[in-house]
Amino acid sequence: MDNLLSLTTFFPLLGAAILALFLRGDDAAAQKNAKWVALATTVTTFVISLFILFDFDRGTADFQFVEQREWIGGMTYKMGVDGISVLFVMLTTFLMPLVIAACWDVTHRVKEYMIAFLVLETLMLGVFCALDLVLFYLFFEAGLIPMFLIIGIWGGANRIYASFKFFLYTFLGSVLMLVAMVAMYAQAGTTDIPALMNFEFGSESFSLLGIQIVGGVQTLLWLAFFASFAVKMPMWPVHTWLPDAHVQAPTAGSVVLAAILLKMGGYGFLRFSLPMFPVGSEVMGPLVLWMSAIAIVYTSLVALVQEDMKKLIAYSSVAHMGYVTMGIFAVNQQGIDGAIFQMLSHGFISGALFLCVGVIYDRMHTRDIDAYGGLVNRMPAYALIFMLFTMANVGLPGTSGFIGEFLTLMGIFQVNTWVALVATSGVILSAAYALWLYRRVVMGDLIKESLKSITDMTRREKWIFAPLVAMTLLLGVAPWLVTDIIGASVENLVTDVTTAQANWDPATRVAEAAE
Amino acid sequence: MIGTDLQIILPEIVLSVFAMVALLGAVYTTKDKAAGLLVWGTAGIFVIVGLWIGTTGDETREAFAGSFVDDGFARFAKVLILFSAAAILLMSQEYLARRDLLRFEYPVLVTLAVVGMMVMVSAGDLIALYMGLELQSLALYVVASLRRDSVKSTEAGLKYFVLGALSSGLLLYGASLTYGYAGSTLFSDIVASSVDGVSLGLLFGLVFLCAGFAFKVSAAPFHMWTPDVYEGAPTPITAFFATAPKVAAMALFGRVMFDAFGVVVADWQQIVAFLSVVSMFLGSIAAIGQRNIKRLMAYSSITHMGFALMGLAAGTVLGVQAMLIYMAIYVVMNLGTFAFILSMEKDGMPVTDIDALQMYSAREPLKALAMLILLFSLAGVPPLVGFFGKLYVLRAAYDGGLAWLAVAGVVASVIGAFYYLRIVYFMYFGEEREPLDRNGSPVLWGVLMVSAAIMVFGVINLFGVEPLAAAAADTLVN
Repeated sequence: MDNLLSLTTFFPLLGAAILALFLRGDDAAAQKNAKWVALATTVTTFVISLFILFDFDRGTADFQFVEQREWIGGMTYKMGVDGISVLFVMLTTFLMPLVIAACWDVTHRVKEYMIAFLVLETLMLGVFCALDLVLFYLFFEAGLIPMFLIIGIWGGANRIYASFKFFLYTFLGSVLMLVAMVAMYAQAGTTDIPALMNFEFGSESFSLLGIQIVGGVQTLLWLAFFASFAVKMPMWPVHTWLPDAHVQAPTAGSVVLAAILLKMGGYGFLRFSLPMFPVGSEVMGPLVLWMSAIAIVYTSLVALVQEDMKKLIAYSSVAHMGYVTMGIFAVNQQGIDGAIFQMLSHGFISGALFLCVGVIYDRMHTRDIDAYGGLVNRMPAYALIFMLFTMANVGLPGTSGFIGEFLTLMGIFQVNTWVALVATSGVILSAAYALWLYRRVVMGDLIKESLKSITDMTRREKWIFAPLVAMTLLLGVAPWLVTDIIGASVENLVTDVTTAQANWDPATRVAEAAE
Repeated sequence: MIGTDLQIILPEIVLSVFAMVALLGAVYTTKDKAAGLLVWGTAGIFVIVGLWIGTTGDETREAFAGSFVDDGFARFAKVLILFSAAAILLMSQEYLARRDLLRFEYPVLVTLAVVGMMVMVSAGDLIALYMGLELQSLALYVVASLRRDSVKSTEAGLKYFVLGALSSGLLLYGASLTYGYAGSTLFSDIVASSVDGVSLGLLFGLVFLCAGFAFKVSAAPFHMWTPDVYEGAPTPITAFFATAPKVAAMALFGRVMFDAFGVVVADWQQIVAFLSVVSMFLGSIAAIGQRNIKRLMAYSSITHMGFALMGLAAGTVLGVQAMLIYMAIYVVMNLGTFAFILSMEKDGMPVTDIDALQMYSAREPLKALAMLILLFSLAGVPPLVGFFGKLYVLRAAYDGGLAWLAVAGVVASVIGAFYYLRIVYFMYFGEEREPLDRNGSPVLWGVLMVSAAIMVFGVINLFGVEPLAAAAADTLVN
């Protein structure tokens, strides 16, 4: 199978096409069919993607399953995965069936809803598989369209504001990246990602409009890419679209957003910013580290005072993404291993937390923390699962959350002790907001009249959570499952970047430019 | 000698003769009764002539001592003009017939305008340029006021005429300065005269010519006529204004800049870059406040002209290629969008308020989806073809040393995305309103669907337009 990646990527699109072309009507039967077709499609996609995982050669840092075809304008259709991207592909295919299952109760325009998610899956997979700059951008940006519609059509009361903010914010970030890509093509003469990784972009400092640009072209390109990925990630202070988008998005939309879409930012840093602009990364690295540290503390504090459960988890996501950016720009094996691990684990945990909110939202139609309390009395199973993921979110040893946080902190400690110190305080803060949320929602006596008749999770809901529970615990006790796969690629990345950075001596370059 | 000359301009002659025969024939026989038939016939002839020109091989031929040039660049533009004019004729037939506007003069005037455009893009000297331009403009002034008893339509025609005459005046003044300082009206002589140093008078001529062209392509700050004329003219005529004449004017702009002023690229590059950046921002920002979809499309076209000018501003082969690709994509997108606008009706009356589109998707999911695709394509969101147009011009601008223009362009495109998104929002997230009619015109439906399909499937290889545009750009610049 030499086009396994294309097959995985475009299989959901096939399902969407089948829904669009052959499914008629909007009665209960048609809705049910739409859901089953979507579920079958995503499950099949997952099964196909398993072949990628099994055939994946862990010993090499090279791109595997590479396919290449002619395209337009000197660009190529090139797909391939390495240790860094393969697990994101798996994360996506693993989560999508659960996402589809989570929207089983939707009754409003079901067919379109399913099509939107299937198209979105194709685009997300494409982002992680693309090995051509423009192809990557195509998938990266196109994801905005279905997500805009998912928030806008199926979202909450204030959905229009949220959808516009989401779209324009991320669009503005990425168009600057587009200009940077054009510049890269002009300089390197190719849009091939592996070739660009080996291309050395200019790092001579120069002065632009009276400002001294240390690191030259690399820094400018790095900044343009940063504009896009920082918004997507999202990093403080450009994170404000995320709470709005999360709160207004339907449950399934929130899960996709938190679990997969946010990871594109981190993936982008690993795929583009670090290997292609090592000097830019060195120049701007300290800024990122401090922004991450601020993000961890600041958004944790903001999360403490939230009244809305989804908003609280959204802010907690921003804090957790802070660990990721910090780990990435520590540029050492532990840091980057930890960052990737944290992204995967956050994919399971935050996805599960949004599903937890969805479970009670479906019953009570409110996300207000004050509206709940004492759920443990009537929903024991729910209380257990919610507790597990709350603990995982805090970073309890034995869950996957711990490994990610620990590795990134270990990575950053070797680079910048002060940042590590600030970031570690975030661990305590995250315990504070997460446990307090749990206490207010689940613990205590059940005194609210409206909650007296609430029912525990249905079998469907339990089945949705089961794989997430399994993955969270599995990765918590057996982290080598992940680090084995990513190890070779990360090692290669770290070596390349540190060599390039060592070859660049900022002092002399600045002195040269000053002369 | 004259035989070869005539052979080269045979397509133009065929169309002119056809226009005159149709005019006389209709006057003396059936008058408006056969107008519908004439519309279809004219469209058919456009398509045939378009195919004929498209398959003429790839050599460059000059007629009348160089004042008429038939090269790859001209042929690319001509095919685009002819096909889009044919599509517009077909789209307008039913709309005009139901409103009693289908007069036999309409296809005749469109044919004459098309002949004018074909002369424009083939012009090899200033006289031919002016003849083509005026033939086109005069025909357009008249069709703008096709709805004779409507104040708005006549106002549109008059406004277009007065401002158009002013711009023609500017252009003529520029042409006379150019002639005075270069000593010839022939482009090849003008370029030769400026090889060793360019005189100040010639540069003044260049500036005035640019102003005239900017008016014709409706680039800011010479755009003022556009929203009013777009709004006032009957919608099919608006659709026509938005497509074929824009291609012609843009091609003419490129032709004069390269053929006549090819050695002073650095001088006109600044002017074109300025026009480009102002158009992109003005179009994007001014469109935000528009509720009338025709006015909105007017500002949208100003923005798009800004992007196309960005390609021209690069002053390279890549730039001209990007401009041609951009124009081709722009025309296809606009045909689809106007097919949709033409089908917006309530109780048989045309509706132009975007508010009327509230929850359109609930009643006509397929048409709403097609429009959604077109709107995202207009906004330049990948993977739709509109994005590739932007990509090509950005690349050209960066290669031409205009990185700042590329950055300005993408920022403008984000601002512009807002008003396209707002239409999507009305169609998909709005509140239920009184529904629009279910308009069943199969031609409009077909154009809309084909255009949307092109936007989606073009991602595979842009339907091979890229090598064609590259070849065309090559003949112009070298």
